[in-house]
Parts: sequence; structure tokens; C-alpha cells
Amino acid sequence: MGEVLEVPAIWIQAAGCTGCSISILNADYPNIKNLLIDEVLPKKHINLRFHPNIMAGQGEAILEVLKETSTEKKGKYLLIIEGAVPTKDNGIYGVIGEREGKPITMLEWIRELSASAMAVAALGSCATFGGIPKARPNPTGCKSVGEILEEYGIKTPYVNIPGCPPHPDWFVGTLASILLMGLPREEDLDELRRPKLFFSQTIHENCPRRAYYDERKFAKKFGEPGCLYELGCRGPVTYSDCPVRMWNGRVNWCVGSGATCIGCCSEGFLDEISPIYVKLEEAEFPKEV
Amino acid sequence: MGRIVIDPLTRIEGHLKIEVEIEGGTVVQANSSGMLFRGLEIILKGRDPRDAQTITQRVCGVCPTPHAMAAALNLDSAFGIDDKIPDNGRIIRNLILGASELSDHVLHFYHLSSLDYVDVTKIKSYEGKDPFLTSIKNFINRGELSPFVPRYEGDYRLPDKLNEALVSHYIEALNIRRKGQEMVAIFGGKMPHNVGILPGGVASIPTPDNISSFLWRLKEIKGFIENVYLPDVIALAKVYSDYFEIGKGCGRLLSFGVYDLEGKEKDLTKRKRFYSSGRTDTSMTYSEIDPSKIAEYVKYSFYEDSSTARHPKDGITAPKPEKAGAYSWLKSPRYDGMVYEVGPLARIMVNYAKGNEKVRKLVDSTLSEIGVKLENMFSTMGRHLARALETKLLSEVMEDWVLSLKIGEPCYVPYEIPEESEGIGLLEAARGALCHAIRIKEGKIENYQVITPSTWNVSPKDDKDQPGALEQALIGTKIKDEKNPFEIVRIVRSFDPCLACSIHLIDARGKERTAFRIT
Repeated sequence: MGEVLEVPAIWIQAAGCTGCSISILNADYPNIKNLLIDEVLPKKHINLRFHPNIMAGQGEAILEVLKETSTEKKGKYLLIIEGAVPTKDNGIYGVIGEREGKPITMLEWIRELSASAMAVAALGSCATFGGIPKARPNPTGCKSVGEILEEYGIKTPYVNIPGCPPHPDWFVGTLASILLMGLPREEDLDELRRPKLFFSQTIHENCPRRAYYDERKFAKKFGEPGCLYELGCRGPVTYSDCPVRMWNGRVNWCVGSGATCIGCCSEGFLDEISPIYVKLEEAEFPKEV
Repeated sequence: MGRIVIDPLTRIEGHLKIEVEIEGGTVVQANSSGMLFRGLEIILKGRDPRDAQTITQRVCGVCPTPHAMAAALNLDSAFGIDDKIPDNGRIIRNLILGASELSDHVLHFYHLSSLDYVDVTKIKSYEGKDPFLTSIKNFINRGELSPFVPRYEGDYRLPDKLNEALVSHYIEALNIRRKGQEMVAIFGGKMPHNVGILPGGVASIPTPDNISSFLWRLKEIKGFIENVYLPDVIALAKVYSDYFEIGKGCGRLLSFGVYDLEGKEKDLTKRKRFYSSGRTDTSMTYSEIDPSKIAEYVKYSFYEDSSTARHPKDGITAPKPEKAGAYSWLKSPRYDGMVYEVGPLARIMVNYAKGNEKVRKLVDSTLSEIGVKLENMFSTMGRHLARALETKLLSEVMEDWVLSLKIGEPCYVPYEIPEESEGIGLLEAARGALCHAIRIKEGKIENYQVITPSTWNVSPKDDKDQPGALEQALIGTKIKDEKNPFEIVRIVRSFDPCLACSIHLIDARGKERTAFRIT
């Protein structure tokens, strides 16, 4: 038995809802057990040292794990961040543990841990673009992970994996590509640092209801056949491979269930794509569609 | 006097800190604090009312489905269509909600709770051929034990065979809970955060393929619940039977009822539901609920005293961060001035007290198998047992529901958004009583209020100095080993707290830091 490469990983939950974690638990091939217990690729094992919902420990002992990993595994661990980063009033709206009686804000943790990580994955629309917590009036001054890295001059490479929640394949696929081929090359990412593999086409381009749109056959209410454009579908302005990948063991996806795409992978989720159930102006469609 | 601070308290939803004071080995005071504030109710103001379905699900990614349902019931009533939802729509909503609850309870027992009782590291010396256990053994022998270590050490009591079975089921349960999420997606598009439940009904329609695909996943999960989950809880409960005496709590239970069996009655507390609404206590007498008797108190919360004792619909949020004696940002919801616990225990016991034969039979036979009394249900282990029992009852009845869908009949009714209106949505989330209330003005959300189960359970003391339900469950507990206070985390996790839910509006945090917090 040769040596197994242990890849340490830390998963921080900031201002979010835990939905990204639950979505990643839905990974099927490989499943979450393959990811955490088995060698996810031959001779490679993800050593998940910190995850608030999964790890056995609690309290000070697990904060030690964070400290230890960021020093002893400096430059060698993956940092996964779920949730936006509250920054208003020095970030006091989001706290994880305390140090000498003082609360440690999510902002502090993310600055510290991302500076010494090998790479950062901003997972989900809150971490990538600010998401719902950043929506008007942004009560806690939430920012995306990318904004924080830029603001504090942290040069650690990072990728954005949007979605509310992100599809488990988008996360697992990004992880697998790092393990197989190393950190993503700039040409593999789009201008919003999303892996092109998953986010290069709009929902509208691959939608099975697209023929209805081209024939101008529109559903007037839910439950009807036809393109859902007039019911407010955000497929024309949302980049993701949902229509071909499908969700939850490929049983369905949003438009497949008869509902509209709500644009949850969009940079503008929530403010720029809402009100969600009001028809888009066709003038807003990207040119290539 | 000693003090134990557990921050962060993990394997729950959200960011929680627990602080207790110990005197002579016993907990004499307990404070729980949430650590994250996002302000979703503020974000909801001024928006299109229909967007509440999308936004309120993001209160919590573990339990988004009950929020989608509460938002839909709330909007149905505000739009004046609460008695017009087609039967197919009502049933598909129940199926989506039920599937999410099956998934959620399995996750809670195995993945959030069982590591307080089960010793994964013991599998190092496993000698059998179970493929799950063999892969865990290989994992342990590689030497990197996270995320299972560090942990509290000491009180792992299960005999080897049972311990092995539970570790193996921990892995199997990962697949089972995932299939529950697939069931949500069959009618709801995706999970977490379904798009299928809408005011007016649901977006999806029943087809033979989605009915059979749902049904056979349900059968698989039902088999797991009957043959694995419930037997595991019973076996664990026998070994840790002292936990039928630990974490009793306030002894009063409240449920809004859930799973509409008809759709004409506008008063949701009177609507015929699979689990009825009501109240009970240790005397096991049944009473109805009157939502007008719910009020929120603020004596120990950072709000102006003048805003106390108000019905949530007329609630005022008047922050006063420097208030002397206050220690939490959560308000304290009370019913008729009294502390109530909500959750699976409440649903089971309220329906037992009301005389639900199915519930009585199942509870009685299970308790006699374990060898404990009905009063022992009011406990840490009783909460786990109630959760497993209701999962079994639900999985049985869902088969009938999915087969009662009528292909070709409507699932959705259109509506107009009124210029001015009010609405309320009441139901049981997996974790207990959930209330959404809306006020619409000029066709937009003027005010949106959410009272979640964990607000009831995790609240601070009220104006009569009565500690909240979780606080009462902690107070009086003997701690055997202050370095490894298993008792505290076991009690806390038996409530299945959901912190993102209970602090959707404000931060709950000690007053020493409040100066930063208010805008």
C-alpha cells in the first residue's frame, strides 16, 4: 500500500443558511461518504478537518483545529466558504467562537484562513456574489468572498461556484479537477471566476421548453405546457447547466417541475433578477441568445 | 461556581453558543446565544409578496420546505384563495413537505446526534465484512481521523455489535436522506430550496412516472425507518435509558398541526390535519390552541420594555442594547403567559392526548418494549423517540397520499395580488410550530413576520422570570465530567435547534458587545 496523499480541507459557514452544505451532502457519484471516508481518487483523500454540521467536536477544541491547520498546513489546505461575509460594524453580525473572551468574527476567520490556504472555493451565491444576505438594504454589510480577498490584498487563488444552492456536481467537479490537474488555470474560468465547464451557457440555450419560446407559445399559468417566459422565467439571463445536468439524482430541475428558473446562479440574485414572477424585458437578454 | 462555555456548538443548523453555570456539579443557569444575524425580514420589506416563497426558504437550507409551505399558506390567505387550492395542489404540497421531513429526521438522528453516543474510532478493530465498516476501518488506519476527532471523550457505552451497526447505518442513512431530497425534487424541482410550492398550489403536475418514482423511493425510505431507524433509536434508548430522566424541559407542549387533509376551512388551527393542532402537558390532557393568546416578551431581551407582551402580528422591534439585565436578542414567545416546547415531541404527545388511536398504539407499544413510562417521553431520549415514531407514521400515510393524486386534474389556481391585505400561515416544520404573517400595502410587502420553532425552544427568560424551554431542560442537569459535558450537548441536540431560523431578524449575543450592533 503506497502513501495516500491527505488533502486538508476547512469548510467555514459565514452568513448563509447551510443550504450549500445540505446540497453537497446530496452528491451521488461520488457520494459524500466516498468524498470524506474513501480515497476519492486513487491515493488521494480529502481530510475534512472542520465542518460545522459534520464534525464530532465542538467548542474550543475545534477552534484549535482551525489554528493548527492554518499554521501547520500553511499553503497546503483547501478553504471552502459558504455564505456571504458580514462586514458592517467590523463584522460583529457573524461570529464563530471567541479568543480571550472576545468574539472572533467571520470576517477575521476568513481573512486569516484564506491568506494561508492553498486555494479558496467560494461556494454558493452568497459567497460568490453576496446572495440574499446582500440584498437591499443589505442590513449587515455583506460582501462576497472575492470582494474580501481583493479588499485585503489576499492573493490566494480562488474560484466562484454560484447557485442557491450550488449543484453538488459543480463542487465535486471543481474539487476533482484540482486533485487531478492542480489549481484551475485562468483560461478555465470566466470573467466572474466561475468554472466554464458548468457556467458557460444560459439555461435558455439548453431548455427543453426552448422550442415553445421560438414558436412564441407561452404558458399563461403554472401547470400549462409552453415556455414559462411570461410567468417570469430567468432562464434567458442565467448561466448554468441545470437543464442538461438536472438535480437530485437527475430526477428533475426547476423548469422541469413546471416552475420558472429563479436565476439563483446569477450575479444579480436577488435584487437584479427580482421581482421573480414578473416577465423579463427581452431587451435584457444577452446578445448571443 | 463553575462555568462551561461551548462555542461554537456544532452539529446543529447555524451558529450557537451555550453557556451554563455549575454549582456542586449541577447546572444552575443556562444561556443560549445565536451568533449570526442576516436581517431577512428587513430584506423582505417593499418586495413583491410572491418573492417571500424564495426569500424565506433561505432562512434555512436544512428546513427550507416548511418555510416555503408557511409562505404559501400565508400568501394564500392574504390573496383570498386559502379555501380554493385544488386537492392535487394540497396533496403535492404535503408530499413535498413530508419528503423533506423524512430526510430531515434521518439526518438529525444519524448525522447530527448519533456521534454523541456512537464511537466511530472503535471500528479500528472491526473484523467483519460489512463494506461500509471496512472502508471506515481503512479510513481510521490511514491515521487522519477528522471530522470524527476531536470530540468529547468518555461516555460511549454501546456494546460493540450495536456500535458497529450504528456506524454502518450512519453511512447508509447518508443515502437514505439523499433519496428523501430526491423525492422533494420530483415534485418541487430541486432541493434544497424547492421552486414547486407556490401561492395558489404547486407548479408541478402528477404524471404516472413521477408518481411511481416518488412511491418507490418512499417505499425504500419506509423500509429503512421500520427496520433500521426506529429499531436503532430503541436500542440506543435502552443503553442510554438514564436520558429518559435527563433534559425534561418545561413539560408543556404546543403544536400548530400539519399536513392538510382538506382545504376548505380557513382557520388553520381548525383545519383537519394529519397531525392535529393543540396543547398538552405532563397531565396529558388535550386543549385547543387560540393563536390570539400568543405573545412575545422582552424583559430579558434587548428591547424597550414598552414593546413587551405583544401578539407577533402587532410586534414592535424597539432595540435597547444597553438594557440592564437583558441577555438575549431573541424575544420570548409564550402562550397564555406560559413556556411551551414545540417539535416532534409536541406533535406526538398532543395527538396522543387528543386520542389519536394510531399514535397511542405506536407510542404505548414502543414504550413498553423499552420499559419506560409515558411521562418519560418528556426527556432527551423522548425527543429522539418521538422524532422516529412520527417518521414511521408519516412514511406510512404518504403512500396513500401519493396514490390519491388525480392525473389530469388541476394543481394550481390563479389569483390577483390585492392592494391591501393581511395573511397568516401556521403549520408544523420538522422542528415544530412555524408562523409566517404578512401585511401587504400597495401590492408590496409592508411587513413580514416569521416565528420559528427554535425561537419557542431557545428563548430567554420572560417577564415572569420563567426560563425558556431549552434553558429549563438544561437547568438541574448533573454534569459528570465538566471537561466532557456530554449531558449539555445531548440535551441541546435533542431539540434539533435551528439557529438561522431563530435569528433571522437579529443577533442574539451578550450585552457587552451590543454597542456595535444596532444601526
